[in-house]
Amino acid sequence: MWRNLAQLVQYRPLIHSLVVRDLKARYRGSVLGLFWSFFNPLLLLTIYSFVFSTILKNTRDPDTDPFALFLFCGLLPWTWFATGLNECAVSLIHSGNLIKKVLFPAEVLPIVAVIATMVHFFFGLLILAAFQIYTGHLPDPVDLLWFPVVVVIQFVFTVGLGLILAALTVHFRDIRDLVSNLLTFWFFATPIVYSYRMGAGALGEHSWILKLNPFYHLAVAYQEILFFPGPFNGGRSLLAIGALSVLLFIAGYWLFDRLRDSFAEAV
Amino acid sequence: MSSVNVRAQAAIELSQVSKVYRRYTGRRFATLKSALLSGSLIRDLRPDEIFTALSDVSFSVRAGQTVGIIGRNGSGKSTALKLIAGITKPTTGTVAVQGRISALIELGAGFHPEISGRENVFINGIMLGLSKREIQRRFDEIVEFAELEEFIDAPVKTYSSGMYMRLGFSVAIHVDPDVLLVDEVLAVGDAGFTHRCLDKFAEFKRRGKTILIVTHSLGLVEQLCDQVVLLEAGKKTADGDPKRVVGAYLTEVGRQEGKFIATTDARAGQANLPAPGTAPPADPSKAGAGRWGSGIVEIRDVTMLDRGGQAVQVVDSGAPLTIRFSVRAQQPVQDVVFGVGIFNAEGACVYGTNTDIDAIGTESLSGDAEVSFVIDALDLVAGTYKIDVAVHTHEGAAYDYHRLLHTLRVQSQTRDVGLYRPRHRWEFSTNVAVKPR
Repeated sequence: MWRNLAQLVQYRPLIHSLVVRDLKARYRGSVLGLFWSFFNPLLLLTIYSFVFSTILKNTRDPDTDPFALFLFCGLLPWTWFATGLNECAVSLIHSGNLIKKVLFPAEVLPIVAVIATMVHFFFGLLILAAFQIYTGHLPDPVDLLWFPVVVVIQFVFTVGLGLILAALTVHFRDIRDLVSNLLTFWFFATPIVYSYRMGAGALGEHSWILKLNPFYHLAVAYQEILFFPGPFNGGRSLLAIGALSVLLFIAGYWLFDRLRDSFAEAV
Repeated sequence: MSSVNVRAQAAIELSQVSKVYRRYTGRRFATLKSALLSGSLIRDLRPDEIFTALSDVSFSVRAGQTVGIIGRNGSGKSTALKLIAGITKPTTGTVAVQGRISALIELGAGFHPEISGRENVFINGIMLGLSKREIQRRFDEIVEFAELEEFIDAPVKTYSSGMYMRLGFSVAIHVDPDVLLVDEVLAVGDAGFTHRCLDKFAEFKRRGKTILIVTHSLGLVEQLCDQVVLLEAGKKTADGDPKRVVGAYLTEVGRQEGKFIATTDARAGQANLPAPGTAPPADPSKAGAGRWGSGIVEIRDVTMLDRGGQAVQVVDSGAPLTIRFSVRAQQPVQDVVFGVGIFNAEGACVYGTNTDIDAIGTESLSGDAEVSFVIDALDLVAGTYKIDVAVHTHEGAAYDYHRLLHTLRVQSQTRDVGLYRPRHRWEFSTNVAVKPR
């Protein structure tokens, strides 16, 4: 396992070219092309902010103004996470040809899925930045130093989970449906459309339940860094999640490596 | 002298390799939910039934050799190739390969239809282990070899299947492997392309690369290979000199095929065997398989015998053949003619004669008898032939007529075409150089 893991570094050019291929192929033949990468999050943002700031406006935490911006800070990383996992789950099945007919390092496929969706996340960040400048609601520059840390942790976390899903989906095709349903539940269990203070307030003494969700800490970190004023002091919990992510990655890679030989036969 | 050392060592070494495929029959409709509910998640990841694709196969290939793997469908050839390529792992035993491998198992397996041929060449090349710079350097050569200069910037989805395969082949072969694995891929492209593929193999061979070919094309194997491995039902049954192994294979195929023809003939015979006495069709020469006649004389059995008098269904082209039929006359007859016809698979008459045409005055027949039609040398090209046998009167009124009821397979290692192979030779005047083979 460790030797395979070390080899992963050598696959950088392969991963790079596959990510580029994915991005190119996705919008090839569509009129708007790359614009969709911007348009999708923008549309989501418009819908959510209309619902929550116009229809459900009395239910909001007043700290979350401007609400659209708050929402965006949680929604962007979530979209990366959710689409990344969904694509991981089917990554091996959809490239069955490669696994069956070519000597191909299968773990590259879920990693490519996570990176390709991460690129879309970065496109979304450009919109977020433009929006922040437009509203004049700028993040604390010192807090921003934490931002890449959160991104890296989320990346490791997603890849770890993605490897597990990819490997198991080969044997149990229904995982792919299970994942998309589970993600809907997970979305609302995470403070994205509501602030974590509101969530904690509503659950009272049971609010610790929210904190069992690893993505809770990531979402809150994004919001603290990009949206809420004041210095970021979630470093401790963030590092804990970071450690968890690394463990998850190792566990995921171990499982993937164990099942590797079955892929060519079961895909 | 390092090249001598390289040549002496094995490029591919399989020792006691077995590959067992698992079948998950019991889990056909099972889902994760049911697996979790019944607590059988781990158990379900174990096989219910196993299928041995290869069992205890050992062979080695010296560096620089060209080796063919032959065998019937399902004999484990492709499994062996996948094991050598490292795509799947052996269940037991070891596979060792020295040097960079390029496997032509599925051409263009990694191509993405939406992006251009150019981009696909780069990605495919990287998948096969080249660096970007290496691909850049070979790019023109790859495109030229695939004859796709005009289309290289078009998306691959617009390619014809031939173009797709050519590009895939071209990339794979330009990886410049030490060991090239080829799985029946020469069927792609037109004759010109196939020819250049063979040239490329020859060039590889000259440069001391190892080539392993899985194919059904025995001619190619004899032409190209230094060594041939024969697999039968997952076991190695022969290994060595191409002529000898191909011969062993053909004998085995002939035996199997003979069995097959015998059973289908028996079935067809039973199905088409109305009690003699049926009226003949309006135009017998155009009739399909069947049997008719008055039944006064009955053809009870037809066998084909080889040189040694063994009953066969498959004979070598040019070998002697005897068609023997046993007849029984219900009552003595004075007016009797025996006839034989040979037809090819399309129904064209290859040869037909009878005792009357051959001016043999068969005067009478009574009781049981045997008639043999002896051919000294069956100079037919390879193919499947149907045999007619008949007993009838001089006017042609049938006692018993077997129309296309018997099957004969002629096999040959020469790839000539047509029906009849005249005994022949070639002669040349001076100024024609002939390389002895």
